[in-house]
Amino acid sequence: MTDKAQTDTNTAKPHNKTVKKLLFVVLSMFGFGFALVPLYDIFCDITGLNGKTNTSAVNYQANGIDTSRLIKVQFITRNAQGVPWKFEPILNEINVHPGEMKVVSFYAKNNAQHDIIGQAVPSVSPGMAANYFHKIECFCFTQQPLKAAEEVEMGLQFYVDLALPKDINTLTLSYTLYDITAKSS
Amino acid sequence: MTANTLNDTNEASVHDSTTELGHDEHHDHKMTGLKRWLLTTNHKDIGTLYLWFAFIMFLTGGALAMVIRAELFQPGLQLVEPDFFNQLTTVHGLIMVFGAIMPAFTGFANWMLPMMVGAPDMALPRMNNWSFWILPFAFAILLSSFFMESGAPNFGWTFYAPLSTTYSNGSTAFFVFAVHIMGISSIMGAINVIVTIMNMRAPGMTYMKMPLFVWTFFITAYLLIAVMPVLAGVVTMLLTDTYFGTSFFDAAGGGDPVMFQHIFWFFGHPEVYIMILPAFGIISTIIPAFSRKRLFGYSSMVYATSSIAFLSFIVWAHHMFTTGMPLFGELFFMYCTMLIAVPTGVKVFNWVATMWRGALTFETPMLFSIAFVILFTIGGFSGLMLAMTPVDFQYHDTYFVVAHFHYVLVTGSLFSIYAGAYYWLPKWTGHMYSNTLSKWHFWCSLISVNLLFFPMHFLGLAGMPRRIPDYALQFADFNKWVSIGGFAFGLSQLIFLAVVIKCIRGGEKAPAKPWDGAIGLEWTVASPAPYHTFSTPPPQKDIDNADQHEH
Repeated sequence: MTDKAQTDTNTAKPHNKTVKKLLFVVLSMFGFGFALVPLYDIFCDITGLNGKTNTSAVNYQANGIDTSRLIKVQFITRNAQGVPWKFEPILNEINVHPGEMKVVSFYAKNNAQHDIIGQAVPSVSPGMAANYFHKIECFCFTQQPLKAAEEVEMGLQFYVDLALPKDINTLTLSYTLYDITAKSS
Repeated sequence: MTANTLNDTNEASVHDSTTELGHDEHHDHKMTGLKRWLLTTNHKDIGTLYLWFAFIMFLTGGALAMVIRAELFQPGLQLVEPDFFNQLTTVHGLIMVFGAIMPAFTGFANWMLPMMVGAPDMALPRMNNWSFWILPFAFAILLSSFFMESGAPNFGWTFYAPLSTTYSNGSTAFFVFAVHIMGISSIMGAINVIVTIMNMRAPGMTYMKMPLFVWTFFITAYLLIAVMPVLAGVVTMLLTDTYFGTSFFDAAGGGDPVMFQHIFWFFGHPEVYIMILPAFGIISTIIPAFSRKRLFGYSSMVYATSSIAFLSFIVWAHHMFTTGMPLFGELFFMYCTMLIAVPTGVKVFNWVATMWRGALTFETPMLFSIAFVILFTIGGFSGLMLAMTPVDFQYHDTYFVVAHFHYVLVTGSLFSIYAGAYYWLPKWTGHMYSNTLSKWHFWCSLISVNLLFFPMHFLGLAGMPRRIPDYALQFADFNKWVSIGGFAFGLSQLIFLAVVIKCIRGGEKAPAKPWDGAIGLEWTVASPAPYHTFSTPPPQKDIDNADQHEH
């Protein structure tokens, strides 16, 4: 076609160069979209923005106990849609001094007729407090395989950092329980 | 501005239409019938296709909105099931954003850009054909899901995870592929616009001599190639999360659903400027023409457009104030968002200053443009209110938000599209449109659109949430008015269809330059614009006359 001939002879070369540059921008932005995923995690790790707590055990590292402050730590649990477990904290809340180590437990029972592997995902509110809530031991670090009708008491050992900002007096630790049987098999 | 320059503009040389016609016959590759439209690489044909496609999609999305308003006419569930209601709001949003507003602007770009920069065609004509013809398939895929067992997407046009993953009704795959195709089409269109503007400008047309219309499309095209790939990425993650067991947004597997919102709005906020910057370009063309003055502050308009484009990348989280961000984040995004009011204010003041002491006449394009300036500013102000974090906690996800984005997208973008359509219809068809009918279209639209969207502000402030098929009794009166406004606005758009069909079929013959105050290279060619224009570049005198700077 004439249009094509015109384009090819007169102007194809400079166009190709520009098009290549623009395609490079397009591809890098597509990559950037995916790069946002690890970047987001790193950013949240550093700043503790989204309430994610440490995902593996840390050692107790506080210099003493600050008895002048008393922090209320609340525990709430929630099942993701359709997980047939009874899952609840033994204690709904507990008062701790910053730096003081505490152990609490959670109760879980598989009410289904079949085995289910559960995974509890923690989140701290307010989100800014997540970096000051340290878990020394937690059932959320591992998967919880429960046979049909099996029940279990699961432990959580934690302490609140001495550096917890002064304006935060209450922490809520929320666990959401997911059924990951399909994903882990 | 002196009378002398005015005369200069009026006497802009009109290319001899006989040579242009002869040129046409010489090439003789204007095929007939369906083949002409399927295989065309002509920028005017493709522009026409885009515009018609956008209008058909506008009527489709509008029909969905009519069902929504009929359901909301009174409290209680009358016509549709709640799940189907969600499908209606979702597809209405998707169609209006990706099917109506964006293709309409691409249509304007195709028709006008080559003529405005004095180029014979778009730089990549065959890619141009391709980028249009994949669009109908995208929307066929999206709309076909209405007729499937699962139903159409029902998770909102923002398709937040996990609504679109874990809780999807099964339409996610169709939705994702449709969005991929729309994205590819937009990216190809944007590449074409950028290459045309960078490489095909007539000799002598420097960047700062380009009409502002060209500038706004240039910047919009850059926004498109920067964020459409991010949209493609996020829908791909959605697809693999739903069907291939990845956990980008699934907390059970270590992902984070809030991250979806961050990535989506990183695309989504520049996207809203993609839908308004071209409108600024159209309005900046029309207001000077009917004020018989040059555009006030051309350079500041260019810089304002660029700053808006830049700022659009660092404000996305103002859509997410209620997700529990730290105070610093909320303040950062609040101040950045409010900063956008500065370049936007520059634009509004420039338009008003252009009209100041101008010899104004109120032809239909000018009426739509003035309505745009006033009503878009109302939408801008409600945007400023939403930008304030503390009050956003109250307004979030209410009808106040619905009122805000319809003021900027309907009385903003859509009105600018109408203004532009009336302004260039004589150039496109060679006939003047019916003055009386077009005035009816304007006044009916203006009154009904305000009846439709203004009470939504009050509904939102009173706490009516968006995306609900039923509502508390105290909202009944306002909703009734809103619905009546909605039906009236919907019907008024059929007047536009009548005007356009009448104008194509016949009417008063349009001269090469029907508007005495208009400037721009497109008015130096005959009306209707010959199939091929500017096979030889325009003379420097015409380019200088088309310069929008004040002299």
